[in-house]
Amino acid sequence: MASLIARRLVSLVVTLLVTSLLIFLVMDLLPGDPAAVMLGTSASPDTLAALQRELGLDQPLPLRYLGWISGVLQGDLGTSYTYGVPVAGLIVERLAVTLPLAAMAILISLMIAVPMGVEAARRQKGLVDLTVGLFSYIGIAVPAFWLGLLLILLFATNLGWMPAGGFPGWEAGALLALQALLLPAVALALPQAAVLTRVTRAAVLETLSEDFVRTARAKGLGEGGAVWRHALPASLVPIIAVFGLQATFLVAGAVLVENVFNLPGLGRLAYQALSQRDVIVMQDVVLFFAALVIVMNFLVELAYILVDPRLRAERS
Amino acid sequence: MRIRKLFGAAAVFGGVLFAALSAAPFAEAAPKTSVTLGMSIEPAGLDPTIAAPVAIGQVTWQNIFEGLTTIDRNGAVQPQLAESWEISEDGKTYTFKLRPGVTFHDGEVFDSSVAKFAIDRARGADSVNPQKRYFQTIEGVETPDAQTLVLKLSEPTGSLLYWLAWPSSSMVGTKSADNNKTTPVGTGPFTFVDWSKGEKVELARNPNYWNKDEAAKLETAVFRFISEPQAQAAALKAGDVDAFPEFAAPELMESFEGDDRLVTVIGDTEMKVVAGMNNARKPFDDARVRQALMMALDRNMIVEGAWSGYGTPIGSHYTPNDPGYVDLTGVYPYDPEKAKVLLEEAGYGNGFTLTIKAPQMAYAQRTAQIMQAMFAQIGVTMNIETTEFPAKWVSDVLKASDYGMTIVAHAEPMDVDIYARDPYYFNYKNPSLNEVLDKIQQTTDSDEQAALYAEAQKILAKDVPALYLFVMPKLGVWDKKLKGLWENEPIPSNVLREVYWEE
Amino acid sequence: MRVLARYPILLAGALITGALILTAVLSLVWTPLPPAQINILQRLKPPLEQGLLGTDQFGRDMASMLMAGAWNSLSTAFLAVAAGACIGSVLGLLAAAGRDLLQTVLMRICDVIFAVPPILSAMALGAFLGAGRITAIIAIGTFMIPVFARLTLAGALQIWTRPYVLAAIGMGRSAVRITLVHVLPNIGNQIIVQVTIQLGLAILTEAGLSFLGLGLAPPAPTWGRMLADAQTFIGQAPWLAVLPGAAILMAVMGFSLLGDGLRELLDPRAR
Repeated sequence: MASLIARRLVSLVVTLLVTSLLIFLVMDLLPGDPAAVMLGTSASPDTLAALQRELGLDQPLPLRYLGWISGVLQGDLGTSYTYGVPVAGLIVERLAVTLPLAAMAILISLMIAVPMGVEAARRQKGLVDLTVGLFSYIGIAVPAFWLGLLLILLFATNLGWMPAGGFPGWEAGALLALQALLLPAVALALPQAAVLTRVTRAAVLETLSEDFVRTARAKGLGEGGAVWRHALPASLVPIIAVFGLQATFLVAGAVLVENVFNLPGLGRLAYQALSQRDVIVMQDVVLFFAALVIVMNFLVELAYILVDPRLRAERS
Repeated sequence: MRIRKLFGAAAVFGGVLFAALSAAPFAEAAPKTSVTLGMSIEPAGLDPTIAAPVAIGQVTWQNIFEGLTTIDRNGAVQPQLAESWEISEDGKTYTFKLRPGVTFHDGEVFDSSVAKFAIDRARGADSVNPQKRYFQTIEGVETPDAQTLVLKLSEPTGSLLYWLAWPSSSMVGTKSADNNKTTPVGTGPFTFVDWSKGEKVELARNPNYWNKDEAAKLETAVFRFISEPQAQAAALKAGDVDAFPEFAAPELMESFEGDDRLVTVIGDTEMKVVAGMNNARKPFDDARVRQALMMALDRNMIVEGAWSGYGTPIGSHYTPNDPGYVDLTGVYPYDPEKAKVLLEEAGYGNGFTLTIKAPQMAYAQRTAQIMQAMFAQIGVTMNIETTEFPAKWVSDVLKASDYGMTIVAHAEPMDVDIYARDPYYFNYKNPSLNEVLDKIQQTTDSDEQAALYAEAQKILAKDVPALYLFVMPKLGVWDKKLKGLWENEPIPSNVLREVYWEE
Repeated sequence: MRVLARYPILLAGALITGALILTAVLSLVWTPLPPAQINILQRLKPPLEQGLLGTDQFGRDMASMLMAGAWNSLSTAFLAVAAGACIGSVLGLLAAAGRDLLQTVLMRICDVIFAVPPILSAMALGAFLGAGRITAIIAIGTFMIPVFARLTLAGALQIWTRPYVLAAIGMGRSAVRITLVHVLPNIGNQIIVQVTIQLGLAILTEAGLSFLGLGLAPPAPTWGRMLADAQTFIGQAPWLAVLPGAAILMAVMGFSLLGDGLRELLDPRAR
């Protein structure tokens, strides 16, 4: 098993490096010169050249890649062209919005998906199952940004219960900050919940047919008790695995939702950096997203190897 | 494993959380010594002397940074750090008498050596000043004594005093200049406190401001950045933001009408929405074609459809804010029949096809779609190619001139000279225009300049190097009790020194 | 018909997608009004007051725009999925027929493609190519490639271990022939099901791209851009935001129902 993990680890590193090269090339070749964007419509060629020198844009391509990636490996992500501050700090600041947002979305989607999935599995083909089925179809089909618009229309514009967007900052108090994140979290969570509900239902159904659950039922443990106490824990592995994969979609979905709700998160930073050709910020943020997905995939695979008794037996 | 209970508890907790969050008050009454201003765009750095985006000046100009001269709310040039000046007979020597007792926020004393440093930094070889060309006639800077600054010019430059008032000409300190991008230090009535990137910039009153009569009335001021118009409106209504001097979506203005706490103030900006044409390219090299296209457009209907009826149609590249403005919308009024005749004369009786490179911003996209429909009526087919602004637009249109038609709002005040600039993306050449513009620089008499500007406007209106559409309105929305904000915007700015809360 | 009645999911999916495709095709020959026709004096009229579904901010007929939007969204999604499915499946089949190394390389390439959030890569692509149908198709199609490559590789590897394939190998049949004769027919159903499901997701992604302004150029209406345009009018004219969103919802749901229904029909073991 150790050698398997080691092999996967090597390929993880290679994948990350290839991804970084790809990201660098794409961002670097994007039409549009960061210096020209900063200096606007009146800049003369000599001012442009001066700024390009200042930003290090006059150096050859391979040198710039090496400079960037070696910095990244040492924890130095470079300095933003537009903000003039270290990118690492910017990313950390933005994570203070994006991470709680993702965490809240995960919490909400679990709170919706697990009870619904379990109940649907318990009463397969019943009314609950049908309703849950319909919910999951709608949930998967609904565009998150549209849901965001409708939530704003209902809760902010019409009812006035919630702010329509923006972020007061954590220093304004946790309650206000969380409140600002609630609607976007719901918009992010519903599609996720729909996927998770399906997975939960399928996983519980499968374990329900297994022996130990049947034994528990036979021992007189109530139907519901058997499901919640025995079937659900046994079904958690696939749920968590799907979760790991979906979590990455959560981060990506945040790009759209953060824009609709005007949250200063990482997705918005990426969007803003692209439009201002703040190339260094883009490279870092996209690499961050990509690394997150790659590492997440790796961990899920690892979890499979470690947790699944069949796989474990096979490999060792 | 009590998973069911766990989830039950989680559900209850979630419900309580939701209820608590919904009930939490998110509108606090603003204390009367502080103001929160909303802006659509976050500035890219806070140093207006090294980058072009107007949002930089809208936060810092006249609040943190000041210039030798300044522009008042009517667009007139006024003395500021230079209390007076003398211009030599030949218009080539400017002698400024600097104001004594002025210090920067970090304590550095402002004198002629600092002023020389700031001007040399803007015009030097390594300068990255976005308006460096405004300093190109300055040949030498002399400092006979600490309070006297002498600018030697290579030729008379009638607009120099006006240009020195711009955000990009701000006076910066020798010790602080390099860090102004992140921690700006100026001489203004407000000092920089903090910048939460992506959220807001905070300023505080400068207790040591040199002009005791015009010291800031507010204790603190916050600029908050909210890009989505929907969120801007909600923030205003909830009181999270006291003012949005430039509200982004005209269609939402009527939603403030029922609100008796807010007031809406419609003014003019300097943003001229103009559909520029590549005058070097067929068929735009033929003035008759350009005139026909102008006559195909019903500017009132464009303003109605694209900007909900807000905005002033223009007939030249000039706004009602500026001295010498003439209404020239009547030169080529909406007349599709006449337009067709002109096209016929120019040899395009069957119409032609053109492509407009339109930025993604709402005003450009909407205007382009309406123009598309109007051109169709004179047999001209227009394809819309969305071109990302600023990055792709700058490289495609501005630098490479690889376009037929484009549309963009020109934000810089009194910039008729762009039609004489070579190279510039219009590729327009008209010696008689250059002559008039040169005369403007030869004189320092403002009435004479205004008359010459009127002449320049007329030349442009007749020859139509670009289709002049409308001036963006300044859609101001703010708390009724907030006083002192500018109604018009003769230069992109948010001047806070006179802002106060009425009891 | 009787078959359909036994598969209610399939029936529902077929009905929704059928109606959608009919509408889309119909829009090519007939819409109540030309979808690009601007009438500023009749702007923002609610449904039934002006046309069946009201007018937008330029006074264009919403019903006509939604119909034309159906064609634009569907055709973009179809082309993108077709491209992604073809390339992805061929790669998957090749990898299955080839050696370990090829499989590893292919899967790692898939990882890399998967790793960059599609919205971000689409935004970057948009910067290269400019907005337009081609950009949308490439962006969506690229993301489909790993989906189909993984699916066909996994399916094909199973088939390659079947006795009759081993026999065919023993008889000296070429890998190409085995792939065409044995492998492809056996995983064809899976691919068809996946194509249907991905069509729904492609419509959703296309809407997202159009929402960000990376879709078809105006005046061609797309549901995503209609939604984006509606954002600021949501208070005055809620139908502008509700209708295109509902259209997207129905389309995506229709295809995922159809896909699940097809799976039930074609692959009884899946349930």
